[in-house]
Amino acid sequence: MSELLKVPTMAEYMAQGKQPEVLFWVGCAGSFDDRAKKITKAFVKLLNKANVEFAVLGTEESCTGDPAKRSGNEFLFQMQAVTNIEVLNAYEVKKIVTACPHCFNTIKNEYPELGGTYQVMHHTQFLKSLLDDGRLTIEGGKFKGKRITFHDPCYLGRANDVYEAPRELITKLEAELVEMKNCRKKGLCCGAGGAQMFKEPEQGDKDINVERTEQALDTKPEIIAAGCPFCNTMITDGVKAKEKENAVEVMDVAELIANAQDL
Amino acid sequence: MNYLPNILFAILLIAGVGYFAKNVKKLIRNIKLGKDVDVSDNNSERWKNMINIALGQSKMVKRPIAGLLHIVVYIGFVIINIEVLEIVFDGLFGTHRLFAFMGGFYNVLIGSFEILAFLVLVAVIIFWFRRNVVKIQRFWKPEMKDWPKNDGNIILYFEMVLMTLFLVMNAADLQLQTMPGAPENNPYIAAGSYPISQFISPLFEGMTYGSLVIVERTAWWLHIMGILIFLNYLYYSKHLHILLAFPNTFYGSVKPKGQFNNVEAVTKEVMMMMDPNADPFAAPAEGEMDEDPEKFGASDVQDLSWVSLLNAYTCTECGRCTSECPANQTGKKLSPRKVMMDTRDRLEEVGKNIDKNNGEFKEDGKQLLNDYITPEELWACTSCNACTEACPVSIDPLSIILEMRRYLVMEQSAAPMELNNMMTNIENNGAPWPYNQMDRLNWKDE
Repeated sequence: MSELLKVPTMAEYMAQGKQPEVLFWVGCAGSFDDRAKKITKAFVKLLNKANVEFAVLGTEESCTGDPAKRSGNEFLFQMQAVTNIEVLNAYEVKKIVTACPHCFNTIKNEYPELGGTYQVMHHTQFLKSLLDDGRLTIEGGKFKGKRITFHDPCYLGRANDVYEAPRELITKLEAELVEMKNCRKKGLCCGAGGAQMFKEPEQGDKDINVERTEQALDTKPEIIAAGCPFCNTMITDGVKAKEKENAVEVMDVAELIANAQDL
Repeated sequence: MNYLPNILFAILLIAGVGYFAKNVKKLIRNIKLGKDVDVSDNNSERWKNMINIALGQSKMVKRPIAGLLHIVVYIGFVIINIEVLEIVFDGLFGTHRLFAFMGGFYNVLIGSFEILAFLVLVAVIIFWFRRNVVKIQRFWKPEMKDWPKNDGNIILYFEMVLMTLFLVMNAADLQLQTMPGAPENNPYIAAGSYPISQFISPLFEGMTYGSLVIVERTAWWLHIMGILIFLNYLYYSKHLHILLAFPNTFYGSVKPKGQFNNVEAVTKEVMMMMDPNADPFAAPAEGEMDEDPEKFGASDVQDLSWVSLLNAYTCTECGRCTSECPANQTGKKLSPRKVMMDTRDRLEEVGKNIDKNNGEFKEDGKQLLNDYITPEELWACTSCNACTEACPVSIDPLSIILEMRRYLVMEQSAAPMELNNMMTNIENNGAPWPYNQMDRLNWKDE
């Protein structure tokens, strides 16, 4: 399977004197985390299928600085930002798509002031645009009629008001989209944001990801859909904590679409 | 003619409004202790926010019961103030029901004031029940003990008393207007309509003209005195939101919620580091050395932006932020409402310090960090923006949390150990985990 993936780099495009239509910003989780790498590959399969001329930065990509900034380390954030912006600007990047809402938010909102202005899209928005342009078709396949609930990532939803793109994609799978008690603007955090992903939580009476997973399980879903590699990890852990891993799957929206067509 | 009541009234009015004005000046001075931020952008959007969120109460109704009851009290407060205008004129000029010349329109006015006063009374009683009997959880969090708890109830009692006095005053007036044995020059001319107090007025039947006048005058004086006391109570109370909600929604953020500000002082240094032409040995430009080196982040209220300080005074401790906060919901110490209350209380303390020391802040060995807000609270935040979304008046606790984290990390290197590891990884290999940057594309062949 994997040898079929076409993943050109910006450097390769540059060598041919060409520009891809979009840069796929993979992000640290998408590059290194075993679970998130599957999301990355699923998204690439869809890009390949739709014949999108995209490129990645590969080894020239570096952390956007999001967890450093939200921890309070503005120096480290801006060093990362300025370094990344130099690379992006050198390649004359105009449009960026990423499967990570944290990278999405940081590049879209915090890079412009530092000299990096691009059109930034979350992968669900990008897939939606491919669908609208007729470049990609979505079929229900094995997800037809399944109960799917969507967890709004804070940095996609509340932070940037993107609520509908992922939902429209799920609906296109002819699945039954069910909403949790807290959704859209009132979506409950998975517990990973603000650099919490990288530390133990403070003393409390419950973990946030368990609380959120309980809300998701209340909808009696077969699949919990996510749009963020960190939410995915947190909720997967929550499902395990509730011992439901055999009954409920946690999947990224890109994986749903790719798997539906057995890509 | 006896001018004593007019003079007494004028003195009361000047004292009441004057003392309030003095405190407002103090309030503005305290808010200006914060750092300057540019808020000149997006003027039209800011007006729109103020009109929708403050004037239009658009976010209050997200919780329908509290929202609708609040709208009743809010409309009552605004409209009944027209009646206060008449009361003030009557007090100053020794007239009675000065606006009665409006005839039919006056009847409509008084009639609607009465209905509103009654609805406000009902709403306020329901509010009291929600707080004290139903014990809605957000009013019983740890930060809602002592003064904050009493403050909430005192405001409700004030409103109950004021509305009752208003209705009693009208009821006595109505009785006096229609009394058979009234003297010929009865100042209680037939004016106004009394849809509510007509039901109270029968209680006064059988009273003499003289004692009824005493009832009416007492209610009238207590009512206006109550209003002046309530006005002055505002500064000492969470109730300031009735005024500050307007500037606060105007100056609130107009950026996407996910966008955190970039620290300019850091940008300067980073750009210098990245500039291949920068001369590290160059003498600093003229005047540059005279400036104090910038402190990164916030350890005390003066380090926060003035908008954050305005936020703190605006907070009316409703607790919607805290009830939506994922950290608080799962038992962590963080409460965004407490962050706002602590900021306000510390700011008040700093303000009093300045008053005592002839306009100069004298070091008091205290600060917002540790003495009010602990690192444990700050590190529990997931930056999810549930608090800023929940606030009905555009308060932003998250930016205070971020500024204080900045101080902990950039001034004190006091991040939790795991976060230090994460940051070291980013610094060394461009990812929060210890993976080699050269391995970034390995996934494609796995």
